[in-house]
Amino acid sequence: MKGRPVRALHPRAGAATLFGAVALSLSALTATSGCATSTNEQSPRHITYWEKWTGFEGEAMDAVIDDFNAKEIAHAKADPKYAPIEVEKVTVSKIEQKLLIAIAGGNPPDLAGNYSFCVAAYADNGALTDLGPLLAKSGFDRSRYIEHYMRLGEYRGKTWALPLVPASTALLINTRLFREAGLDPTRPPTTIEELDAYAEKLTKWEVTLPSGQKQIQAGYLPEVPASHKRLLQAGFLPGEPAWFLYGWGDFFGGRLIDGPDAISAADPANVRAFEWVASYSRKFGAEVIKRFRSGFGNSSSPQSAFLSGKVAMTLQGVWMHNYIEKYAPGLQWSAAPFPYPAGHPELAGASHAEADVLMIPKGSSHPEEAFAFMQYASTQPVLEKLCLAQQKFTPLSSVSEDFWLLHPNPYIRLFRELGMSKNAVAIPQTGIWNEYKREMDNAIDLVQTLKQPPALALAEVQTKMQAALDRNRKILARREAK
Amino acid sequence: MSSHARTNLRNGLLFCLPWLLGLTVFLIYPLCAAFYYSLCDYSVLLPPVFIGLDNYLDLAKDPLFWRSLGNTAYFATGSVSLGLLVSLSLALLLNSKVKGVGLYRTIFFLPSLMPVVAGSILWMWMYNGQSGLINTALRALGINGPAWLADPNWAKPAIVIMAVWGAGNAVVVYLAGLQDVPVSLYEAALIDGAGFFQRLFHVTLPMISPVIYFNVVLSIISGFQAFTQAFIMTGSTGAPERSTLFYVLNLYNVGFQDLRMGYASAMAWVLFVLILLVTFVATKLSQRFVTYDR
Repeated sequence: MKGRPVRALHPRAGAATLFGAVALSLSALTATSGCATSTNEQSPRHITYWEKWTGFEGEAMDAVIDDFNAKEIAHAKADPKYAPIEVEKVTVSKIEQKLLIAIAGGNPPDLAGNYSFCVAAYADNGALTDLGPLLAKSGFDRSRYIEHYMRLGEYRGKTWALPLVPASTALLINTRLFREAGLDPTRPPTTIEELDAYAEKLTKWEVTLPSGQKQIQAGYLPEVPASHKRLLQAGFLPGEPAWFLYGWGDFFGGRLIDGPDAISAADPANVRAFEWVASYSRKFGAEVIKRFRSGFGNSSSPQSAFLSGKVAMTLQGVWMHNYIEKYAPGLQWSAAPFPYPAGHPELAGASHAEADVLMIPKGSSHPEEAFAFMQYASTQPVLEKLCLAQQKFTPLSSVSEDFWLLHPNPYIRLFRELGMSKNAVAIPQTGIWNEYKREMDNAIDLVQTLKQPPALALAEVQTKMQAALDRNRKILARREAK
Repeated sequence: MSSHARTNLRNGLLFCLPWLLGLTVFLIYPLCAAFYYSLCDYSVLLPPVFIGLDNYLDLAKDPLFWRSLGNTAYFATGSVSLGLLVSLSLALLLNSKVKGVGLYRTIFFLPSLMPVVAGSILWMWMYNGQSGLINTALRALGINGPAWLADPNWAKPAIVIMAVWGAGNAVVVYLAGLQDVPVSLYEAALIDGAGFFQRLFHVTLPMISPVIYFNVVLSIISGFQAFTQAFIMTGSTGAPERSTLFYVLNLYNVGFQDLRMGYASAMAWVLFVLILLVTFVATKLSQRFVTYDR
């Protein structure tokens, strides 16, 4: 390296001179080293990609990026006029917030891997590049994707993001506990009513008899006072895990929004769902549940409710297979579609189906190059490699036989079917979702502790959130008028 | 102005310049900008739209604003009063001449060295209703402890207790104040036949009153700014039942989750004025009992 010589500084010379000299010599260093490594005439087109995953999911993405970069270099070698694209991955925690701040600061990455539920709020704030023109130019065929997941990146008539790695939820059951309770693990509950009946049989207490002896008994034991029984195992707890509390209505046919401009929190189906949640608090006792749950560890730990065998049935996602392998390898389990209310087979196959998405932030300095990588990542072999390594299914409507053969999760086909189901539900596409979710979480908190009847709690959410949505609409209109 | 005075002024200003620049760039400008944004609809991503006092008027009607203000007032009152009591008592104890006092001082100071996030996670385990250290200890005494952070009646007191645990800084400041009290005063009081409490109330407390005032003002300010503990321990909804939704947590939700930075700026300004007022009142009240002269 031949940097610019730093002249001897007079003691009074300003620090600026020194900084300037250092900066210049550094830039000389990078320039010369850049020339040394590349035999190509064109300097590479460098794009930054922000990723949210660490661990094995992050490594899966690394492999995709490495393949892409290698392919680009090979292309450049074959064609000296071609400037290769070079993707650099930066892992960012809390990406849904930090990305916005970077966009607002005018210094966003060229491409970002974000959550599908962010799309609406980002789009409302003009934070994303409309993919429409780029997609049209590339001859994009949206039927390549499973319809539900494709829609997650669409909002107010435009495409803002493409699905990358999808997920869905199902009922997971502990088959050993099923057998212990005399239930047939090959026949998981299909209706909510059946789920409730199974849950009772799978619930176990340690009862202190009047003689002082301790005995294990099943059921809810309403005749035994709380002071004489200790909950050992719950068949089912609607509050465990606490991730999807806002979405119980989805299994009863309720929806949280009715189009982009109307909140439907107080939908009778949502009220029925919340009443069902409250019924568990009554059966166990709200205080008992609170205490029982406070003994659980983090969802991704051996002490979590389902992995430790403290809860026999749970609503969980496709990712759970990996947690089981890692934290509870001996767990005997199976998965089934989450039950539907008896008499409503049209509601069968409901599932929370979200996805990781790729988006090009507004202000990206290389949108075309970022899109080229998106296109690469959306080809079937690449996407299958990524989704396989992340132990999920792919968002594409066509799947290779190898993918199924190689996939470690025995229930992967079920999770994909649930993602394709007409009752697959995603977080509502509204710019006020964060606020809405906090309100729903608070409402279900009050319902679970039996402090507020479900109809009232949801009516309050309805009023508040409709006002918030109206306010948001007013803000959007005012911005447009500007 | 003589040339000497001019040189002095220039040099003085030059020496102040780094601080002045810092103050302007990092404090005065953001403060003014926040005030302007508080009069706007501003999502950070798009240019602000001026809407006058709408944000402030909406605040007055916002139940969450009042709820979070109430929670914060509770926390500030609790942590300031309990913190004063505990840290002053500790300082008095640690000021006594016993063997190994240096070790005790270190032990009581240690918690304040722990980052709030790490401390919060530690306390989450201690407060675990089922298997937490605190409830296990209470059970040994025959008391059935509450679910702490999961119980809306106990979540706020739990966070106050945790704040008091980290009072090591205040203890050190009190200790410094206590060691500054001239021994001759105690000797005179002893000769006059003053007992422990008479010495405490008529010598010690008046002599360290400026230190008490300083600590109280600081803890009022930090009390109003409580955020991290709740954010880590009970999440951004301020669960259970919004009992730990503190003012700054609410502000964070509104500003950084909902992208209503104009509204959040209005909240920040209201908080600023509130802290200013409370500090002013504390200063006025303190004039009655803070003695600076020896």
